[in-house]
Amino acid sequence: MREITFSEAIREALREEMKRDETVFLMGEDIGRFGGVFGVTKGLVDEFGEERIRDTPISETALVGGAVGASITGTRPVVEIMFADFLAICMDEVHHKAGKWRYSHGGQFKLPLVIRTAMGHVFGAGPEHSECPEAFYLHSTGLKIVLPSTPYDAKGLLKTAIRDDNPILFFEHKLLYNMKGPVPEKEYLIPFGKADIKRNGKDVTIVTYSFMTHEILEASEILSKDGIEAEVIDLRTLSPMDRGTVVDSVKKTNRVVIVEEGNLTGGVGAEIAAWIMEEAFDFLDAPVRRVASKNVPIPFNPIMEGFVIPNTGDIIRAIKEVIQIDH
Amino acid sequence: MKISEEKLLWIYTKMLTQRMLEEKILELIPTGKLTGHFHLGIGEEATFIGACAALEDKDYLLPTHRGLGCVIGKGISLNKIMADIYGKATGTTKGKGGVLRICDASLGVLGLSATLGGIFPIAMGAALSSKLLKDARITLAIFGDGQSNRGTFHEALNLASVWELPVVYLCENNHYAISMPQRKAMAIKNIADRAKGYGIPGKVVDGNDALAVYKITLEAVNRAREGKGPSLIEAKTYRWRPHYEGEGATYRDTKEVVAWKKRCPIRRFRKSLIDLKLLDPLQDEKIKERIAQEIDEAVKFAEESPMPRPEDALDDLFSSSIME
Amino acid sequence: MPDVTFVESLRMTLKEEMERDPSLMLIGEDIGRYGGIFGVTKGLLEEFGPHRVRSTPISESAIIGSALGAAMTGIRTVAEIMYVDFTTCAMDQIVNQVAKMRYMSGGKAKIPLVIRTQEGGGRGNAAQHSQSLEALFLHIPGLKIVMPSTPYDARGLLKTAIREENPVMFIEHKLLYATKGFIPDGEFLIPFGQADVKRKGKDVTVIAISYMVTKALRAAERLAEEGVDVEVIDLRTLLPLDFETLLQSIHKTNRVVIVHEGCKRGGIGAEIACNIMEEAFDFLDAPIQRVGALNVPIPYSEPLENAVIPSEEEIATAVKKVLYRT
Repeated sequence: MREITFSEAIREALREEMKRDETVFLMGEDIGRFGGVFGVTKGLVDEFGEERIRDTPISETALVGGAVGASITGTRPVVEIMFADFLAICMDEVHHKAGKWRYSHGGQFKLPLVIRTAMGHVFGAGPEHSECPEAFYLHSTGLKIVLPSTPYDAKGLLKTAIRDDNPILFFEHKLLYNMKGPVPEKEYLIPFGKADIKRNGKDVTIVTYSFMTHEILEASEILSKDGIEAEVIDLRTLSPMDRGTVVDSVKKTNRVVIVEEGNLTGGVGAEIAAWIMEEAFDFLDAPVRRVASKNVPIPFNPIMEGFVIPNTGDIIRAIKEVIQIDH
Repeated sequence: MKISEEKLLWIYTKMLTQRMLEEKILELIPTGKLTGHFHLGIGEEATFIGACAALEDKDYLLPTHRGLGCVIGKGISLNKIMADIYGKATGTTKGKGGVLRICDASLGVLGLSATLGGIFPIAMGAALSSKLLKDARITLAIFGDGQSNRGTFHEALNLASVWELPVVYLCENNHYAISMPQRKAMAIKNIADRAKGYGIPGKVVDGNDALAVYKITLEAVNRAREGKGPSLIEAKTYRWRPHYEGEGATYRDTKEVVAWKKRCPIRRFRKSLIDLKLLDPLQDEKIKERIAQEIDEAVKFAEESPMPRPEDALDDLFSSSIME
Repeated sequence: MPDVTFVESLRMTLKEEMERDPSLMLIGEDIGRYGGIFGVTKGLLEEFGPHRVRSTPISESAIIGSALGAAMTGIRTVAEIMYVDFTTCAMDQIVNQVAKMRYMSGGKAKIPLVIRTQEGGGRGNAAQHSQSLEALFLHIPGLKIVMPSTPYDARGLLKTAIREENPVMFIEHKLLYATKGFIPDGEFLIPFGQADVKRKGKDVTVIAISYMVTKALRAAERLAEEGVDVEVIDLRTLLPLDFETLLQSIHKTNRVVIVHEGCKRGGIGAEIACNIMEEAFDFLDAPIQRVGALNVPIPYSEPLENAVIPSEEEIATAVKKVLYRT
């Protein structure tokens, strides 16, 4: 099978969906001639023109608010927020407008909009260009949250996202853009709410998503040499979340580690650990362990950044701890 | 500009409907049958109805939270409006949104952002759809002087003007946000002056002159429909009631309130109709009776309508997706 | 002193702190002559003048941004955001500026800033005037979070908050404003990170904050009639969190219910439950029960709103669930 990068996979999905449906259009900063700061939309303006590939000024509230207005009046916007940290600038538009418009208006409107945004550390980008803020939106209502970890997942999930009639946050991790992976030529879609077991194992369940998936797979190979077989579950979507796959795995391994890149307190891991306890308490031989960034902004200096963000070593340590506990 | 007799009587009837409906709400509030808070627009009827008179059925409207003129002007039935006020399942929001979010997709009433300032980018987005779909619709956004100080105003008007979108931004300037007077909230005299910063027309109009509001809105609507881009209109008017019913504080000079009440937009419009020989006292009585009857029927409809069931709270969060 | 209302308690405290520190400035919408949407700042403009009690236009990002700038440069500031729902209009200022400024400056910037706001539903104010968003602030490193449930706690905690050199989210609840309580004469401060056992009990630990404390206490009274003895712990401050007090209680009861008004999914209950699981797993005789709002916006109509926001019945049901589990 051919291999393409994460970035190319996203571009293909955008191109195919724009060809398929004339009402799909893109808006964002520097997405036209510049091709996007991460090169994702390269070449699309030549193919589809400036009416459908719209560069905007630095105006995040206009981007997301405008997407809401457009989506309730017959078009399907895919907007790019350059860095996920900037979602804070238009949080009212994301949380209140996109998330609540349909419900507050008695279901009269549908909001087929996608907000694509780049998250995560990328070595020295500093505190306002490195965040993973998905936990805020997990606590929101009315939003779907998608975080692919491979080119294959990215393409299938983005196509689903664009065809979904609901507001979607599509988080792309910066360190994944150049990662290559197999992607079929033939069209396929990946449904939401279906986790992917990236590695089967019997000793411990690791729940994760996005870039951390790869750190964990690396850690799992190392642990395998010590006879520890980890089962790695890539959630792929946080809303809807596939609880069934996780619970089945927990029933098998009885030990869970949740790994995320956002900071620990009030993070996604807290919610997952809490419902694992609610639904599978009797199957737990040890408390659910969370691995996450420390509760500080992401520092600029790469050495400190490395200390704050979980790495393979942290993951291995956490897994070993959870395996050694006996209750 | 020649305006039809039909249109003039329509404007009059709708202004009266808003006034009488809101007075009915004032009667109902002490009965305890209504939930939430009410931000009545009595005194501003000419702005809302005059503006809506310039729209075609297919055009989009993003209403303000001030009063019910917008939703009446765009044709939502009194029955549904009342049902929404009572929080009943038969309202447009099925009890979820309340009086502020009365809406109707089929009539182009797109709903409301209760976090003020949310309206500007959304109106821009609706206008963008029209441009992309080439459906010849325009979008009218009606907002108060207070929310024009949010950053979203700048971002949306800037982008709408760059892209020449078919949107009309109409400010109902009643001189107060809650207690913050407009003159202390900005260094300029007219909100319409901000239009210069976006290279679009900015016009001030007497918001209590329904005909003047109609004409100036129509001009802006036509400009938008011709593809010439957005406009900013500022209608100077005044609310007779407090910001919300039950508000404890006083921050307006009684003399000021009395002076504005003397400039009642309905009384003024009635006089012009009488002068034009389009209305006589008997017709006027008949119109009022008809409206009163509609309102009574609407109250009856609302009171007899079922409350939503508790489990309905889980509906309408997501649309069923399309997966082919 | 006779019992005072929550509002009066806040007002007298602000007044005293403004007398004590002549740099202290208040900034927010309608806080001057109007006295604040719930009357908290009534009379303060007349006493301290327009330079120290500043009413603003509807500009949340300007309010927080300018409050931060003032606080960083020598003016202790208390900023008011009228409804917690509106903090989303200034979230960049809160998340990226206020919370991170000290860190980004290598610890040099001191930020004596209190952001006062209020949350909660139960008045038919619908989706954007009724939320409880403390879970968002819990996830942001660099903020302290204070949520008093009584006039006494409000006073002592607000004094501490104002004298802090770090940013504090001081979240009040709209249904608590009119409640009355005892306040001793004289000054007192309540330190952060000190929970308060509002009701002693031996069967179940119920952890709550803000208005949910009131509901938990009512539920506890009803359960007492059924022979269930509930211990209700009022966290008072979410960050820093008094884990010691929670642990002591859990060692005694072995059963936990956490109640909050924010949505259950991703709510503060998740984080607290996790911490308990991590530190006291062996003491749990049953999985922790979380009671939070349903994952929908707050609807307008009364039966819908009541179905969404946690009720006393739900709290009681959760207590029973955690008890009759073998």
